[in-house]
Amino acid sequence: MAFDYEKYLRMERMPHMWCPGCGIGIVVKAMLRAIEKMGWSQDDVAVVSGIGCTSRTPGYLDFNTLHTTHGRALAFATGLKLARPDKHVIVISGDGDAAAIGGNHFLHACRRNIDITLIVVNNYIYGMTGGQASPTTPFGMRASTAPYGAVDPAMDICQVAIAAGATYVARGTVAQGLLLERYILNGLKHKGFSVIEAMSDCPVQYGRRNRMSSAVEMIQWIRDHGVPVTRAKELPPEELEGKFVTGELHVAERPEYTEEYRRLIEKAQKAAEGAHG
Amino acid sequence: MAETRVQEGKAAGAVEQPSPGKSLPRIEVIADFCKGCEICVVMCPRNVLEMRADPSRWVGSVVAVVRPEACTRCMLCEVHCPDFAIKVF
Repeated sequence: MAFDYEKYLRMERMPHMWCPGCGIGIVVKAMLRAIEKMGWSQDDVAVVSGIGCTSRTPGYLDFNTLHTTHGRALAFATGLKLARPDKHVIVISGDGDAAAIGGNHFLHACRRNIDITLIVVNNYIYGMTGGQASPTTPFGMRASTAPYGAVDPAMDICQVAIAAGATYVARGTVAQGLLLERYILNGLKHKGFSVIEAMSDCPVQYGRRNRMSSAVEMIQWIRDHGVPVTRAKELPPEELEGKFVTGELHVAERPEYTEEYRRLIEKAQKAAEGAHG
Repeated sequence: MAETRVQEGKAAGAVEQPSPGKSLPRIEVIADFCKGCEICVVMCPRNVLEMRADPSRWVGSVVAVVRPEACTRCMLCEVHCPDFAIKVF
């Protein structure tokens, strides 16, 4: 039975502005299905974003939405979650927004383990501003600022998140929308900071410069370069060269930030009462 | 933009007769939302969908349901349509 996406969309703003074949729509759909499965009321969900193609998402969604400055979505979301811990805060970011300009906020949100779900749509490039190389542009692949191929090794957002202390880290692709939905659902269920990286296509800015000018070619490229985590464990490192590992990469339990903060307030209030009483 | 819904599932002539008691899936295409990226056509394991040239549209083509009787309601086209343009009932 068809899923009722209209319930969650601002239909007067549709069709959306993303290019033909852009994978962001697939990620947004997976996110909406996961939210529906959680059974949350639209008034209890807040979607926060920064700047970029992906960050246009909240404009089309009928939740509490916040469109903030470039890279600072996590900083705004942290404030929102601390002020209203009862709300479910979801941040949707692009690779440039989360890993480059907001890299510092990303590290510290992971470290704090605040109960926010971060969805990073990684399309390997800065799409909106003209196809500049981003921290995730694979080595040797072309971008408008790397016409002879990127010389910087690509950043692995999931490994950075694990190292920084995120407690749920998963990677899906837009070629497997149902799996992506499952990872987002598990991320929403998880108490603590969850990072879901969605490998996405950008046929216009990235594919066009790398001999994959159609969305279909790029989606097939993504499908062929993803290695499931169970299989990756058996493969020698040289076979994983240039590929990315998909699946649930890290699940851990750690004290959650808003709860720890509440405890700290109670402790301070008790100490103050003791001093004055 | 006026929203026009094209019910292609019933319009396209059914070649194979479905077994009695089994309802034919209804595939709804919101033509105004389709940007002609072809992802649904590739995702469909049963070749139910096809691109059809449409010079009146800026993208030049629109998805059409050509073999609704082969559809198994796997929903892969709906799940992977980035433009919210396909619905399978």
